[in-house]
Amino acid sequence: MTATLPMTAILLLAAGTYAFRLAGPLLHERLGPADRLTRPLAAATTVLLLALVATSALTENQDFAGWSRPAGVLAAAALALRRAPFPVVVLTAAATTALLRLCGIP
Amino acid sequence: MFAPEVLSFDLTNPALVFILVDMSSFWRTPGRATLRDIALVCVADALVGASFGALAVSGGLPLWVPVAMSLLVFAGGAQFAAIGVALAGGAPLAAVTTGLILNARHLPFGLAVADVLSGPRWARLLGSHLMTDETIAFTLRHEDPARRRATYWLCGTALFVVWNASVALGALAAHAIGDVNALGLDAAFPAVLLALLLPALADRPTRRTALLGALIAVAATPFLPPGAPVLLSLLALVPFLILTRTTRHHDSDDPSAKAPTGTEHRPEEHREHTGQRHDEQDDAHIRTPPEAAP
Repeated sequence: MTATLPMTAILLLAAGTYAFRLAGPLLHERLGPADRLTRPLAAATTVLLLALVATSALTENQDFAGWSRPAGVLAAAALALRRAPFPVVVLTAAATTALLRLCGIP
Repeated sequence: MFAPEVLSFDLTNPALVFILVDMSSFWRTPGRATLRDIALVCVADALVGASFGALAVSGGLPLWVPVAMSLLVFAGGAQFAAIGVALAGGAPLAAVTTGLILNARHLPFGLAVADVLSGPRWARLLGSHLMTDETIAFTLRHEDPARRRATYWLCGTALFVVWNASVALGALAAHAIGDVNALGLDAAFPAVLLALLLPALADRPTRRTALLGALIAVAATPFLPPGAPVLLSLLALVPFLILTRTTRHHDSDDPSAKAPTGTEHRPEEHREHTGQRHDEQDDAHIRTPPEAAP
């Protein structure tokens, strides 16, 4: 296989990513303390993260990822809602998914 | 319990003194439960990191590619996406673009934790690089400024060390690691994030908005390049903004709608959602003015 990813590409991705990361604090400094923005921003962050949860649980390569992974995430979520300790939540997700795959469910 | 002293130092003394005081209470500030949860997220991410290193090398990329990427890019999702494009034979520029679209979410993240990254310039420059989904989610769980700061730095640093070490190990042991998917580790990342998000989702308007956003993102996934659907989820904020604007004028049945900040309204009970318990009394109502912007 002749897969390549030159150093220039990695540096470009790194620089762009760092720019995105630094832009938030810099913008905040320029704009000054904006308490009115705090609540919308916290909501925006939650929206982005839940969208990330949903897409990474349900999809892979722009297609449905199969039932095992979302089932594992759902089982973990149910335990988290019942205030199960964090390790139990994470292990349940992986174990449920692994078990379903062992049974032949993708 | 040390926070009031820290805060008074913060107001009167130069930055260096603040940092020293901050460091001395560093391990106590996040609370034992948060320390434990951070350690567990590190374990989960170590497994994901190892699978990334193994995937890249077994796909035919040289060892330095996953290692350099993890050090310089330090964003799991974008790394997997970029490597995926490269392994599928895509052009390097396509891999870069995909990774950048995925990482654009760090801009609003940075705005949301700007209070944590205020202070000396080196702290902002260094701290920005440590910004990840997990660290942001952990930081959002706290409202006390000292605890937010300690949580961000601790989680960010720990994840940086663990992620890079595990990627290198995974890349070295690429041939020893078998099928990572058989272990169900791909379910660990969304499960970790979801568990971290639950306290924020306790607020009804936020929950509805986030669910709508998730729906938009999943529905858009077949039609948009990777990363773009997550950004599109921000469209869900439009009704949220209109709603919070109207509830500011009319009294609603939801008291949280009037809370001045996004984190202050979280009921105490949700702190224990994932078994988290704080050893110290919460100093939620002591706040410092932002130190930046002289």
